[in-house]
Amino acid sequence: MSMQIETKKLTVGYGGKPLISGINLGVEKGKIVTLIGPNGSGKSTILKTITRHLERIAGVVMVDNRSIHQWNNKELAQRMSVMLTERVAPDLMTCFEVVSLGRYPYTNAFGRLTPQDEDIVMDSLRMVRAEELADHLFTQISDGQRQRILLARALCQQPEVLVLDEPTSYLDIRHKIELLDILRSLASRKQVAVLLSLHEIDLAAKISDWLICVQGDSIQLSGLPDQVFTDAQMKALYNLQTGSYNTLFGSVELSPPPGEPSAFILAGNGMGIPLFRLMQKHGLSFTTGILFENDVDFQVANALAHQVVSAPAFSLVDDVHILQAKQMIDRSPLFVHAGTPIGQQNIRCLELTEYAQSIGKRMLSKDAFLIGMDEAYKGGKR
Amino acid sequence: MNKARVTSAIRFQVVILGLLALFALGIVLNANTGTVNIPALKVFDIIFNGADAGSMESNIIWKIRLPRLLTAAVLGGALSVSGFLLQTFFRNPIAGPFVLGISSGAKMIVGFVIIFVVGAYGTIPPYLMVLAAFIGSMLIMGLVLFFSRHTKSMPMLLVIGIMVGYICSAITNFFITFAKDQDIANLTSWSMGSFSGAAWGNLGIICAIVGLSLLLSLFLSKPMDAYRLGEGYAKSMGINIRLFRAALIVVSSVLSACVTAFAGPISFVGIAVPQIAKLLIKSGKPLVVIPACFLCGAVFCMFCDLIARTAFAPTELAIGTVTSLFGAPVVIAMMISRKRQRT
Repeated sequence: MSMQIETKKLTVGYGGKPLISGINLGVEKGKIVTLIGPNGSGKSTILKTITRHLERIAGVVMVDNRSIHQWNNKELAQRMSVMLTERVAPDLMTCFEVVSLGRYPYTNAFGRLTPQDEDIVMDSLRMVRAEELADHLFTQISDGQRQRILLARALCQQPEVLVLDEPTSYLDIRHKIELLDILRSLASRKQVAVLLSLHEIDLAAKISDWLICVQGDSIQLSGLPDQVFTDAQMKALYNLQTGSYNTLFGSVELSPPPGEPSAFILAGNGMGIPLFRLMQKHGLSFTTGILFENDVDFQVANALAHQVVSAPAFSLVDDVHILQAKQMIDRSPLFVHAGTPIGQQNIRCLELTEYAQSIGKRMLSKDAFLIGMDEAYKGGKR
Repeated sequence: MNKARVTSAIRFQVVILGLLALFALGIVLNANTGTVNIPALKVFDIIFNGADAGSMESNIIWKIRLPRLLTAAVLGGALSVSGFLLQTFFRNPIAGPFVLGISSGAKMIVGFVIIFVVGAYGTIPPYLMVLAAFIGSMLIMGLVLFFSRHTKSMPMLLVIGIMVGYICSAITNFFITFAKDQDIANLTSWSMGSFSGAAWGNLGIICAIVGLSLLLSLFLSKPMDAYRLGEGYAKSMGINIRLFRAALIVVSSVLSACVTAFAGPISFVGIAVPQIAKLLIKSGKPLVVIPACFLCGAVFCMFCDLIARTAFAPTELAIGTVTSLFGAPVVIAMMISRKRQRT
């Protein structure tokens, strides 16, 4: 299938100084390609060069099989529309008027809208689910609504290629999801080639057909989300030295607290996560077990705990696990029971509770632990 | 077309009709009031039927009041449209010929002419004054435009304009140091603006310049509309930004230079009137704001001139005195209400 937009050996940068070179990317009809990468990596620079807001340094950008420099302004505007990061606050302008500007490359010298143009404007509004905003002033609606209106404006231009520079910045999570949802359905319904940059790598993996990682002076990596989106790749891309990124959950975890463990947490079934995070917040190192590898607790514990005793999924707890856990209990001044239910698979965890009791370890239930932490910190001491 | 858009179209028509009515009233009031009061009916008779040709009343109306009120109207409208164009260009509601130092530039050159040329030759023909003011305005606009190639930030450009204005004032003050008292008085009275020098001949030139500029600004209204979303979006819709900005600034400076040349610097009309016009029609769409703005400015200046002529008759106030007195509070009120609207 042919590419709606394609770059060939593109070099981008500011003021004649190359920043990123050898960029070869392409977007097919109905597909979404996303640029990800750390702040200042040059995602915007690439997009701005493609939309002709910045001069290219070398290479070509092809839209509809022709270089963007061969199209005249109007022809290019009929094929490519954009959503930018710049804040707009037009005086006394209704959302309808904002969206109708998308007809710019089609209307006459005075910008008169024909009935067909008006229909297209209303269609675009409908597509972003913002019909009821038509007569509201653009400056008086919320950020989420504004982004939708600006997207409608871009659609109204009836482009073959849609370029969006971080369309989800300023939005809360609900509006991020809403916007990306619209984008996804739009790409397939209107068969538009969508090229965007995103901050939220977890969302990028979910919405994109193809991911491009931008870092340093070239494109480091690109591919299907599954190929690109691994814990190690993300850690490398964002140069994460402390903390970690869990691609399975798309969640960020901070780094494990240093020092000797101050508690052993008997966890599992997701009951441990709040305790793990609390320990991390207070900078207290901990050990935990016995977690099955298909347990959500295991994912977070892996990121935050000093040490984890784990058992393969769907297996039983065996003697080795018990031994490891007992050693951990020995080394920790405190034993906390997260309230994990005990069932057939982890019945042997009861041995750990008994063991802790038998050696006179200080033991706390989850609630007692939470209250204790709370009070210790209210008192301003550890 | 839905209801809200029909309402706003009707609103525009009502406002335009209202302004036209005020315009007609302004003509009548301006024509019949003064040191010699002429009844409105007689004014009609003189204007439309050419009655009493050669009489004193006919002469007053045809030779003094009519050219003056029409000059006030056309220049007032021109000044307002110029202000609106500059505000679009700078994306700043307080941009205007005064703020940008255009008027200071005109004053500098006019000051130079009054103090040195008149000083050396005794008198100068009035067209030289007009030319001097025009050159001064365009000079400063050219300078601001030159800087605009080096900075992309509009607020920065506004600051540069203001600074250039200060430099011009400093140079003018430097000239004044060497001036005779009579010249200083002349310069001061010029710099407060007046429509008293109006004549049919000048009015013809004014109409030609203003008419052409107005037509051009209507043709610029489509890109101006897109420009409201910012340069980035405007460019993505296919506008040649450099060309558009040059056209916008040239048209607006020609308009304000024309006003300054024929009536001296008139403050606050350029800032206040576009805001009033936008609030009246409740729209910022250039295609409708430009005509509304022109009419509104015309009416505003006609009434200000009426006040200037009659408030302390037979002593005439400078037009700048009246426009500032009415214009400045409007600007303040507008700023406050704008802030309230945003929060």
